[in-house]
Order: sequence, then C-alpha cells, then structure tokens
Amino acid sequence: MIEIRFHGRGGQGAVTAANILVMAAYKVGLWGQAFPFFGAERRGAPVKAFARLSKSRVRVRSMIRHPDVVVVLDPKLPEIVDVYSGIKDGGTVVMNTPGKFKGPKGLRYYLVNATKIALDHGLVLAGWPLVNTAILGALARAIDLPIEAVKKAITEYLGPKVGPKNAEAAEQAFREVVIVE
Amino acid sequence: MAVRPLTGNYAVAWGARLSRVKVVAAYPITPQTTIVEKLAQFIESGEMDAKMIRVESEHSALAATFGAAAGGVRAFTATSSHGLMYMHEMLWWTAGARIPVVMAVATRTMGPPWNIWTDHSDIMGQRDTGWLVMMAEHNQEVLDMTIQMFKITEDPRVFLPGIVGLDAFILSHTTEPVDIPEQELVDSFLPPRRQPYVFKAGDPLIMGNIPSSLEENMKMRWDIHRSMEEAKKVIQKVDAEWERLTGRGYGGLTECYRCSDAQYLVAGIGAWVGDMREAVDYLREEFGVKIGVLKVRFVRPFPREDILKWASSVKAIAVFDRSVSPGSAGPLFLDIAAHLMASGTMLPIKDLLAGLTGVDVTYEDIANALLRFVSEVEEMGTVKQPIEWYFGR
Amino acid sequence: MSEEHVLPLARPQVGVSGKTGTWRVIRPEVDHSKCIKCALCWLHCPESTIDIVEEGEAYIKIDYDYCKGCGICADVCPTKAIRMVPEG
Repeated sequence: MIEIRFHGRGGQGAVTAANILVMAAYKVGLWGQAFPFFGAERRGAPVKAFARLSKSRVRVRSMIRHPDVVVVLDPKLPEIVDVYSGIKDGGTVVMNTPGKFKGPKGLRYYLVNATKIALDHGLVLAGWPLVNTAILGALARAIDLPIEAVKKAITEYLGPKVGPKNAEAAEQAFREVVIVE
Repeated sequence: MAVRPLTGNYAVAWGARLSRVKVVAAYPITPQTTIVEKLAQFIESGEMDAKMIRVESEHSALAATFGAAAGGVRAFTATSSHGLMYMHEMLWWTAGARIPVVMAVATRTMGPPWNIWTDHSDIMGQRDTGWLVMMAEHNQEVLDMTIQMFKITEDPRVFLPGIVGLDAFILSHTTEPVDIPEQELVDSFLPPRRQPYVFKAGDPLIMGNIPSSLEENMKMRWDIHRSMEEAKKVIQKVDAEWERLTGRGYGGLTECYRCSDAQYLVAGIGAWVGDMREAVDYLREEFGVKIGVLKVRFVRPFPREDILKWASSVKAIAVFDRSVSPGSAGPLFLDIAAHLMASGTMLPIKDLLAGLTGVDVTYEDIANALLRFVSEVEEMGTVKQPIEWYFGR
Repeated sequence: MSEEHVLPLARPQVGVSGKTGTWRVIRPEVDHSKCIKCALCWLHCPESTIDIVEEGEAYIKIDYDYCKGCGICADVCPTKAIRMVPEG
C-alpha cells in the first residue's frame, strides 16, 4: 500500500487531486481511498489531503502518520508548514517549484513547475493558477501510475469543458518532471 | 453499472435518488450537509423528481419528512450529532406512528466542547426510539443500505422507520470507488411504497390522540418490539435478494470475518470494523492468535440469535465501543453481555472504550489492545478489567 | 477551574490556530498622512488585529501575524487611508 499526503492551500484543489487519483488508480485495477484533513477551511489557508492506493480494498481508516509520498502544491508552503513531517526514510516528495529546490537529504524529489504549466494551459480560477492537475501528472511519474489513466480520470472528473486542457497539463508535467535524489 | 469515486455522503445521496425519494426535508449540519447539498443538486438539475423542503430546524426537518411520508410518499432526511438530538422527540413520533421513513446519520460526537469528529454517541442515543439502526463499514455499503433500508422499513411486517449510519469524515467525506447500480435494477428491487395508512384530504384520520385504554397503548409498544423481531427476517431476506441482483451481500444483521476456527472475537460497529479486519489478519499472521471480527451491522433490531451463534464456539469476546453510557458501560457491550448471559452463555467479555470524540484509532492500536486481552484470558481464564478506557498510545 | 475534573473550558488566547496572517492573499497598507484618527478600522476589525498606538505619525498599528486580509478596514476607512495590496 502507498500512503500519500497532499499539502496545498484552500482553493488550490488538493482534495480534488486526491479524488481524481482514486479514479485513475481504479482504472488500472488499484483500490484508492482519499480523504481531506479538516482544520480551518478557508481559501488560502494551508490544507492537507490524504490518499491510500493498494492492490486490494483499503480497509483501514486512520490518519496517515508516515506517508511514502508527500505532494506539495504551493512552493511557499515548506516555509510555513512542516511538509516532511513523518515521511518515511527514502520517501518521495513531489514539489511544485519554479526552479531549483533543496529539501532534506535522504528523500527523492520530483520537481515540476506546475504553476507555469497551469498558466500555459489557461487553468486559472478567480486569479489563482489551478495546479492540481499538473501536479497529478508529476505524481503519476513518481508512483508509476500510467499517465493515460490519469488523463482519463481528469477528463471524466472535470467534464468535457475543462477536462481536456487539465489532462494536457498533467501530461506536460509528467514529461517535464525533474528527478533529484 | 458504473463505478465512480464517491464520498460516503454522495453514496447516501445516490441511494436516495435511486430509491426515487419524492420528498427531502433537512437542515444543514456538519458532517451531514453534503448529503442534502447533493440531493438539492439532483433535484435542481431535474435528475431527481422530488421536492426539497427547507426548514428552520432539525425538529421540523423530521416533522416534515414524517408528514410527507404519512401522506404516502417516500421521504428522506439526514442529520448528525446535535441535529439528531434536536430531532429526538420526532423520532419517537415517527416510529410510534409506524410510518416508514429513511434517515442517514453521519455520526458525530456530542458537545461540549464543540467537536465535529466521529463517535457513536449520537446514533446510540436513539436505540430506544423504535427506529431500525444500522451502521455501515464502507461507502458501497452506505449506498446499498440506503436502498435496502427503504425496502426493509416499508415491509408490512416492519412498518418502522430506519437509520443508515456512517461515520463522520472517515466515511462521510472519504472518497472510494463505489458501484452505482442502474435505475432499472433498483426499480426491480424496490416495490411501490407500502405503509399502514395514508393521510388523504377528505378522509380524516386521527393519529396520536389520547388513548382510550392504557393497555391498548402498551400493546402499541409491544407491537413495535414484535415488529423489530420480525424485521430480522426481513433484513436477511432483503439482503439476500440484493446479493442475487448485485453480487453484494452483507450477511444480514451481522457478518463474522475469519470466525470459522476463531477462539476469540472482537465486536464493533461502523467504519472501524475495517481496521479490526486488518488487526485480526495481523494477529493471526504475526502471533498465531485465532481471532475473528464480529461485525454488528444492525444495532436495532439487535442480532441476538446471530451473536449467540458466533459466541458459542469461542473462549472470550472483546467489544469496541465508540460511545459510552456514563455510569454503566458502552452500549454495544451491554447488549452483547446481556443477551449472552440471558441465554446461559457465560464467557469473559471485555468492553474497550476507544475512539470517543474522534480520537484516531489505528489497526495497531486495536491489535495491541486485543493482544493484551487474549493474553489475560489465556493466563487467568478471565479479564482483569471488564470495562477499560483506551486512550491510544 | 477545577484541578480534579477535566472540564470543557479554555481561556481565550492569541494564536490558538497558529499565525492566521499566513492565510492572507491581500494585505492592508496604511497611509498615515491621510488618517483622521476616527478609529473606525479599529472598531470594525473582526479579528482585533488593529491597535491604537499613537506612535509617531502612526495612530494605528496592524498585527500582520493575525490579520487575514479581509479588507473590512479599507472598506470602512472614510479617507481611503487604507488600501488592500496583493501579497507577495
């Protein structure tokens, strides 16, 4: 079983990303479970969401304390939130970052400029770039999830109007992600 | 059929929609709100032919649902926690009037202090009202049981309202794949609504007037009890029929996981039964403990016969309660202990009060508590402390 | 408060939800030369993050650790001495 924690800000779509991930996983025969963490729910506030992926039905319901993968949607979040809290040794970090990034040693980093990709595809809502679908593309690379399944899930989840360009953003992120060990 | 990622709350909404509910009356409360929001969306978009009644309180929400149902239509509501307490009086009226209604309860602890997380204080507080009460383990069961509950409650042997319970957040707001059955399949499963009487314009009826005989009044209470006993058969039958149609059956009132050779049982209700399954697999693999999970699906009617059957071949039972009757013990423990004793089945039984007020409980927590319980029984033949508070590690 | 019982009580305190100023997307900036010391911003701030300080030319001071950037102060200011600017 893979346990994933998403860090984002309210309004960035971390919860939606976790939900789409469940759908994509189902398409390749994996069972997924996604749930948000409920704290102060407000646009802009740091939020967390969780997902579990497994070959069989996920039965456990407790919080994820030691994630295998941490996904960070906002490059500035590591300054105010301990995004590495509890991550397993040798764990994976999928980071939205405009350029180079340096995090703690002993982790594997998948770096992608999801903000730029989102803006390039016109994915903006109320002035905010919607980075969640691009970051899913990078995550797919990190956990060996076929990008076609992710694209299909995105299109189905978001509908024919905005789905396709979000799927393209995911694919671009999948291609452009830089792996740093 | 289509599998989609659904939260527990959306699974409830789909269940109500597929059951062709005609009236929804509700008042918002976390963590229930998204059930009714989704239903409002279905109604607004024309995907569901129903009327949404906005009310000023939960008391009115159930009163309106009850009123619509008494008028002859399938009616639905949903609530949680303090909202359910505010409804409590109307729960007695609905059951006493013998009007089938289905309600979803996204179980949430009671204040003070203000707290939105899951425990079973709210739903277990409704055990004596005459409603059928069930708790689901996962979102598929939530959807399936919303549909099943209409069929069960509208059976002439039952004619009582029913609650489908789902744990706050760990089901209500958790997304997992759910198979949404076709409308035609549900239509073939659910017969047209039946109920003991219908209020109609021009045909006056009085419900709830002062009884002419108190003995007659007491018989009404007895009849509810008798119908609850009958409901056990109906629950089994309806579940078996659902299994034939969809391939998904849940064992009726209870399911016992890895029980055929079990020497110990752990009993519980709701979503953490999944964590108990994980704990039991772990204890069997790592420690060779022969233990099974007794999943109690229905709290009312209480599955006395099933529990006696599962308990007949084990050494001891541990019960996890996510609510407590202060000054006594956890309600699930009390029911199980009482019915075992009354039937002459004497075995050590331990109440583990855990996860109250939403405290996170992992399968490791459950396994640890069970290991201690098993070793006590192995060493002493009994448990040191029959009622124990488990605050986690 | 009782020592022996666990009670559902707490004292109000600053910062129980962490520094809520980090939630801010736009921030209020004060042009003190336009301020007429009416204190309407102080009265309306829903988070009590505006203090009357009377330090130098500043009549008020905003606590940016907790200001969530709602913009009510800028809205009520009769002389437009407060304006909301994007964070960042």
